[in-house]
Amino acid sequence: MLFPIATRTVIRSVGALPRSASAFSSPFSSPSALRRLLSSLAVLEQRDGKLNHGSLSAITAAKKLGGSVHGFVAGSNIKAVAEEAAKVEGVEKIIAVDNAAYDKGLPENFAPLLVENIKKGGYTHIIAGHTAFGKSLLPRVAALLDSQQISDITAIENENTFVRPIYAGNAIATVESSDPIKVITIRGTAFPAAETQGGSAAVEDGADPNVQISVEWVSEDLAKSDRPDLATAGKVVSGGRGLKSKDDFDKIMLPLADSLGAAVGASRAAVDSGYADNSLQVGQTGKVVAPQLYMAVGISGAIQHLAGMKDSKVIAAINKDAEAPIFQVADVGLVGDLFDKVPELTEKLKNS
Amino acid sequence: MSALRILVPIKRVIDYAVKPRVNKAQTGVETAGVKHSMNPFDELSVEESVRIREKKSAPGGVEDICVISAGPAKAADVLRTAMAMGADRGIHVDVKEGEDLEPLSVAKLLKAAVEKEKSNLVILGKQSIDDDAAQTGQMLAGLLGWPQATQASKVSFAKGDLVEVTKEVDGGVETVRAKLPLVITTDLRLNEPRYASLPNIMKAKKKPLVKMSLGDLGVANERRLRVVKVTEPAPRQGGGKVEDVDGLISKLKELGAI
Repeated sequence: MLFPIATRTVIRSVGALPRSASAFSSPFSSPSALRRLLSSLAVLEQRDGKLNHGSLSAITAAKKLGGSVHGFVAGSNIKAVAEEAAKVEGVEKIIAVDNAAYDKGLPENFAPLLVENIKKGGYTHIIAGHTAFGKSLLPRVAALLDSQQISDITAIENENTFVRPIYAGNAIATVESSDPIKVITIRGTAFPAAETQGGSAAVEDGADPNVQISVEWVSEDLAKSDRPDLATAGKVVSGGRGLKSKDDFDKIMLPLADSLGAAVGASRAAVDSGYADNSLQVGQTGKVVAPQLYMAVGISGAIQHLAGMKDSKVIAAINKDAEAPIFQVADVGLVGDLFDKVPELTEKLKNS
Repeated sequence: MSALRILVPIKRVIDYAVKPRVNKAQTGVETAGVKHSMNPFDELSVEESVRIREKKSAPGGVEDICVISAGPAKAADVLRTAMAMGADRGIHVDVKEGEDLEPLSVAKLLKAAVEKEKSNLVILGKQSIDDDAAQTGQMLAGLLGWPQATQASKVSFAKGDLVEVTKEVDGGVETVRAKLPLVITTDLRLNEPRYASLPNIMKAKKKPLVKMSLGDLGVANERRLRVVKVTEPAPRQGGGKVEDVDGLISKLKELGAI
């Protein structure tokens, strides 16, 4: 699957060859020649010297494009992270920049750092996750490269053409880029993270322009949880305004999550009312999830919420309003008072 | 501290409560006769600017709040709304219906506007709810070489042109400090936008609204992305309802979800 995409680049650049299937086997399109034409840089995330495995989705997407795949990491004592990333199958090289100035991923110095390495490596595609890090960094990189970024893609049609949801997922756009360097963020749920085994990439020191930082990192406050990470969990239980208070949210939703081994999510209404931390918000402006099971409890199903979960494999809904729009997308719905039904469900799941 | 000259870019989009429909030609979504309003994140930007003035939270005070929008004639409506909320004046960059600008072009246009208006703080929404790109603020900061604070949930000011911004990140919040000039993008929890009162709507009609062209700002509408097609997402079929908790559990087992 890797070569037909790249082959078309050759055909287009040669121009004279017909765009037929027979051309794919032409001697002009040997894989080694192609790899030089198309090369991707996957921007990987790390925190406190640990590789963020979710960010390996960028490598999966890069491999789909065909051509060579390099990974990029930066931060203090980056060696261990680089070596772990080097084990990902299909990665040719990991570019690592060892400098504590990049630990917090601040775009003011990270963007010029990336641009320097992109220019040095001559990459055609720059890929990062559509995460808080990718979202704040890549548009700045794109602007410095004078490239129109393509955000939050869910599919790759060929090396120029990408699919992305717009209007809170109510429409799906296919767009073709004419920029020589394509800057892309990907939707993590659409590209599974690459496995960290089977590869043996070279680790190479990247260029470090040492751009002076114009912003000072002050502090962070991250929610601590032993439950699975919301963005990558196989099961998610999510609570809405129907929970009525933070106490009820904790009392009803947390045991349900634990009985299923699920991550906890919330609707914007629940977050705004203070029932749940805002890092749990699922929807157009929160996280996008696509687990095996998404259980919506006391959530009506506004389009902004559906945008964040409608690609889930199975959707279950518990709501006392039989007319709630969530039932139009739920594979299984139960009409009833969540204060009765959810504890009963939790109890029965525990005993089964 | 320098007095703030705030530029607030705003966008007219299909109202958030409307479910957009893809047009028959599959070139975009149906916009004719559909209710439009100000992008919800941009309302937060306008509100924050007005609050900075009202609460006198910036030591140097607020000298000017200018709202700017690029779009068809009707974009002037959202500019009037922003002025009714408390912005001092507006700039309408006239762009023909259907010739929407890509974020990079908007960022270039805003860079020119920042230089023209001598702005030292730009507050944008974190994303527009139509294209969902989430790029313009970061691109603008990159083009200007200014620091950026994206997805802000709290903004405070200190002496010496320092601004402290709490940002929403994956898993929690992060706080950064930067010196003016600065680009901020707003997140939902930053504030609760006000409704414009009738007297203020009347007053807003008298506030200055300047019309410009892309050429006045030295920008061309150069498109890098070609929309090949726009389609409806695959519809999801509801699977019906069950009577009780036991029914729910057995259906989930049947579907292989538990």
